[in-house]
Amino acid sequence: MLEIKDLSLAIQHQETATMAVKNIALTISKGRVLGLVGESGCGKTLTAQAVLRLGEYQGIERVNGDILWHGESVFDMSDKRLRAMRGGQVAMIFQEPMTALNPVFSIGSQMVEVIRLHLGLSKSQAKEHAIHYLKDVGLDEAEELLNQYPDSLSGGMRQRVLIAMAMSLHPECIIADEPTTALDVSVQKRIIALLRKLQKENNLGMLLVTHDFGLVAEMCDDVVVMYAGEVVESGSVLDIFDHPAHPYTQALMGCRPEMVKEGESLTVIEGQVPAPGTWPKGCHFSPRCSRASEACQIKAIAANAWQDSGHQARCIHVQEQA
Amino acid sequence: MVLEAKHLRKVFQSGALLKKGQEKVAVDDVSFQLKTGESLAIVGESGSGKSTVARLVMRLIEASKGEIVWQGQDVTNMSARQLRQHRQHIQMVFQDPFASLNPRMRIWESVAEGLRVHAPELNQSQRQEKVADMLERCGLSASTMQRYPHQFSGGQRQRIGIARALIVKPKVLVLDEPVSALDVSVQAQILNLLADIQADMGVAYLFISHDLSVVRHIAHRVLVMFQGKVVEEGSVLDVFTKPQHEYTQNLLAARPITHPSERQDIT
Repeated sequence: MLEIKDLSLAIQHQETATMAVKNIALTISKGRVLGLVGESGCGKTLTAQAVLRLGEYQGIERVNGDILWHGESVFDMSDKRLRAMRGGQVAMIFQEPMTALNPVFSIGSQMVEVIRLHLGLSKSQAKEHAIHYLKDVGLDEAEELLNQYPDSLSGGMRQRVLIAMAMSLHPECIIADEPTTALDVSVQKRIIALLRKLQKENNLGMLLVTHDFGLVAEMCDDVVVMYAGEVVESGSVLDIFDHPAHPYTQALMGCRPEMVKEGESLTVIEGQVPAPGTWPKGCHFSPRCSRASEACQIKAIAANAWQDSGHQARCIHVQEQA
Repeated sequence: MVLEAKHLRKVFQSGALLKKGQEKVAVDDVSFQLKTGESLAIVGESGSGKSTVARLVMRLIEASKGEIVWQGQDVTNMSARQLRQHRQHIQMVFQDPFASLNPRMRIWESVAEGLRVHAPELNQSQRQEKVADMLERCGLSASTMQRYPHQFSGGQRQRIGIARALIVKPKVLVLDEPVSALDVSVQAQILNLLADIQADMGVAYLFISHDLSVVRHIAHRVLVMFQGKVVEEGSVLDVFTKPQHEYTQNLLAARPITHPSERQDIT
């Protein structure tokens, strides 16, 4: 349904372009949830935003590669076609439910506007439609809610409104960028359950951008792990949790506090993620990797340097650990 | 015992979010004791009052009622001068390492600030020496001390924040969500650093957090807050394995799962 092919993106800043994302490839299929996982600054949000060409407003340029929506390149789409796709076919749910809603318009007017625009309904039909979807996400007092402004809602309610807004346009695919990060744990749990229910019922494809392995464990079918602008590992959710192959994935999973026994110190990855523009020549992770050899530092490593039926890792040392 | 809070209460009156005459009880009858070298965690969700407790303990805001006692001394009624001296014993580390350092100060100056107050006898080169030692203790090379905060990553800034608090050799650190803004790999580095420092220097931690897996890892005892009140208190083991209060049980049940096999099928 959605295919990102060999995509590289660069940040344009004062006449210089810095490569931020390099040769990303991933596929989202109908009814499946793909988790795009990595730490801050690894390029996961840039990749997700590129699907709707949102990065262009912030000086992000495509260097090479393509993004295909049902076989059609999003970079070749006309503005009109792109507008119809955004929200209508591919909806986005952002991390900050506080900033994604306009504070000076009521919930109702914001929902009715997009519903009329995309579905061509009359004002009263659009209102009915909005109420239906607000109720669907568990906001029972939907009629009253339409007249309220975003500031009178809690973070969890705002996130529900955004989900209702996204779902009301009958998208085929949802891009969710850290949809639960800003919320309390109990609210998180309910939003996760809601997203899973809607995704299953409507057989949606979903790209879930997150740094949180808990969320990945809850929601994803497939996982792509990014580090410093590259995909370092991809596979099914069980591949990643039970047999992480890339040393970075292994280290990242091991950093979680719940992974150690009482009194033990946590596993750490020494040093920090290199910023775009300062990537090492060979494997991006090699300077921090305990298994790195000379061969890792000479030239770029292929994404499928190691593979085993759909499970791939960008590492030449995976074989040895068996 | 080094620090004791007795029946703390904080009522906010007509602030930014409240209408005139409206009151909000943020903290209601909160008491606890912090012992030498131990870690006490306060957990709760947003709005539970946990950060308000931290600020009351530091006397960054004044309690409406109740007492803070430091080694038998009443902190609540200290004069500004006494409070200034008292802060040598109790220091704070904030959540946002980006907002808690002055962007126009070189980091050694930020870290040395406490020394100017609490060790005025030191000259500049002695202060610099102490700062260099403390930065290295916190995992930063002394060669970075002439730089400005924007030249550091989030994790490094949190190390600077910790060095800044520790430089006056306090007995207590109040840490308000010190790792919440950090990536999991950096979070692990900082948590290990905090554990090392406690083992080394015997500092007690009052650790404010919403993250239960972090709390389980770092704390000895836990205080669970809900709507301004303490609903449960106990050792980490007891609270996590035998939660008594319904709210604690719900909070624990809401913890993220750690493996896809724990998924509950949705209906």
